[in-house]
Amino acid sequence: MAKRLSQKFYDEMKKLEPRYPTKVALLLPALHAAQDEQSWLAPDIMDEIAEYIGIHPAQVREVASFYTMYNLKPVGKYHIKVCTNVACCLLGADEIVEHVEKKLGIKCGETTPDKRFTLMEEECLGACGTAPAMMLNDDYLENLTIEKMDKIMGSLA
Amino acid sequence: MATTQTETLYVQHFGKDQNRKLDYYLSQMNGYEAAKKALSMNQDDIIGEVKKSNLRGRGGAGFPTGMKWGFIPKQSPKPKYLVCNADESEPGTFKDRDLMRYTPHLLIEGMLIGGYAIGAHIGYIYIRGEYTREAKLLNEAIDEAYAKGYLGKNILGTQFSFDLTVHRGAGAYICGEETALLNSLEGKRGEPRVKPPFPAQAGAFGGPTIVNNVETLCAVPFILSRGGEWFSALGKVEKSGGTRLFSVSGHVKKPGVYEINAGSMTLRQLIYDVCGGILNDKKLKAVIPGGSSAPVLTADEIDVIADIEPMAKIGTMMGSAAVMVVSEDYCVVKLLQRIAKFYAHESCGQCTPCREGTRWMEDIIHRIEHGHGRTQDLDLLLNISDNIAGKTLCALGDAAAGPVSSFVKKFKADFEAHIRGEKCPNA
Repeated sequence: MAKRLSQKFYDEMKKLEPRYPTKVALLLPALHAAQDEQSWLAPDIMDEIAEYIGIHPAQVREVASFYTMYNLKPVGKYHIKVCTNVACCLLGADEIVEHVEKKLGIKCGETTPDKRFTLMEEECLGACGTAPAMMLNDDYLENLTIEKMDKIMGSLA
Repeated sequence: MATTQTETLYVQHFGKDQNRKLDYYLSQMNGYEAAKKALSMNQDDIIGEVKKSNLRGRGGAGFPTGMKWGFIPKQSPKPKYLVCNADESEPGTFKDRDLMRYTPHLLIEGMLIGGYAIGAHIGYIYIRGEYTREAKLLNEAIDEAYAKGYLGKNILGTQFSFDLTVHRGAGAYICGEETALLNSLEGKRGEPRVKPPFPAQAGAFGGPTIVNNVETLCAVPFILSRGGEWFSALGKVEKSGGTRLFSVSGHVKKPGVYEINAGSMTLRQLIYDVCGGILNDKKLKAVIPGGSSAPVLTADEIDVIADIEPMAKIGTMMGSAAVMVVSEDYCVVKLLQRIAKFYAHESCGQCTPCREGTRWMEDIIHRIEHGHGRTQDLDLLLNISDNIAGKTLCALGDAAAGPVSSFVKKFKADFEAHIRGEKCPNA
C-alpha cells in the first residue's frame, strides 16, 4: 500500500510515541494529524493509521465514528460550525443558521456543490459569554449577528 | 453589592496576550514558587494542606480535592497518572478556556504539585478538540516549562520528574465524564466505564489515576503558597473554600466569567448586581444555574446562595457554575427541546434507559413544541425521566432527566398551553 500520509505526520507521531505507555493511545492524535493534512479521513487514510498503530482497520473506524470532529466525508474549504446550544440559541443562533442555509442554498450537514462551504450545527463550543459563536475551520468567531456573518462570508475567497 | 470580595486570584490576569508567557507568570504571579515549596515538603503534608483548604472539584461534582488525592495508593506496581479534565463540555461553561489561554502556567504548576503529591510522574491535559488554539497555547507554555526545568527530569534540582502532554478530544460531551475521558485518552471510544474500580485504583492504562478539573488544579499553587486555611477562609459557606469562577451567559446585560468568593452571594445578586440585570430590562423567566444538566429555577427561586450545598438543598446543583439566564420572552418549551436534543445526540448509547429515553423525550418535546402534543405527554415525560435518572452507568442519564422533569413541573402552564394549541405565552 502506497503511503499517503506525509513524513511530517510520521515524524509527529514518532515524537508522541514515548509520551504514552501504549501505541493505541496515539489513535486520537493520529486521526487529528491526518485530518489536519487531508481535511477528511478517507478509508485508505484510516487503513494507513491502522497499519501504523498495529490495530485492525475496523478499530480505527469504530473510534473515528464516535467523535463528531472527525470528518468521515469530504468537507468544503470553509467548514462553518455554528453553535446552536442553549446560550447561543437564546441569542439568535437559529436565525443565523437559517440565514446561512439560505445564503449558501444548502442545509446543515451539507457541502456546496463547488466544495467551498460545509455548514454544520455544533453543540456547545464553550464560548457562551460571547454567544452566538461558531467555528470557521480551526478558529472561533464570536458575538455573531446576521450582518457580521455576511461580512465574514463575504471576506472568504 | 453584598460581597465581601477583596481579592481575586484569576480574573485580573484575563484578557491580555502577554499573560500567557512564562516571564509574566514569574514576575507577576509568583510563578513556580509554590512548586519549589511543595517539592521540599512531605507528600502527605501537601495533601493535608489541600484537605484543609476545602477546595472542592470545579468540574461539576464538587468532590473534596484533598480527599480524592488521598485515595491514591502509596505503593503501586503500575505507574500513577494525573489527568486534567479540560473537556469543558457542559453547555454554558467557558471559564476553563480563559484559565488555559491566559494563565496556562498556573495549570502546569498546579499539575506539577498535584503529580508530586500523588506520586505520579506522568500527566495529561485532556482538552476538548474544539479548543484548538488553547491547546496550542498550552503546548507553547509546556515547551517553555521544559526549557526552564519546571517539567521533565529532576525538576528544580530535586529527584522528582514529571512529563506533561496535551491530549486533544474530538467532539464528544461524554468525554467530560472521567472514565469516558480515560477511555478516550487510551485511544478508545469515549464510553464510561463500570465503577468500581474507581480511577484512583485503576484509571488511565490501568494505573491509579486522579482526574481533576482545570480550575481545581489552578487553585493548588495558591493553596501551597498561602496555606489551606487562608484558602478555606475565602469561602463564605461551610465546606467550600476559595473563590469560584462563574460563567454567566444568556439574557444578561454583561455576560462573562466572574470570580466571587465561594458562597458569598445569591444567584440574584450575581445576575442583577454583578451582571447588570436582564437584557433590555425584561423580566426574568428562568435560570439554569449549573450547566445545562442542572434542574431549572424559576424567577422566584434565585435568592439562593450560589454554592454547592445551598443549591443542592433546593433541588438543583451548582455543577460547573455555568449560569444561563432566560428572559420572559423566550419560549421555555423551545428551550427544553434544544436541551433534550443535546442529550439525545450526546448519549453514548451504552445504557438502554439513556439511549432510548433521551431520544424518546426529545421526540415528545418536539411534538409539543410543534403543536402536536397530547394531554398525557407531560406525565409520560416525567415517567421517562424517572426511568432514566439513577439507572445508568454514568451521570449523563441524570443530566438528561433533571432538566426535563424540572422544566415540566415548574413551567407546566407553558407546556399545557402548547398542548392546547394556544399561542406560546412567551414568544
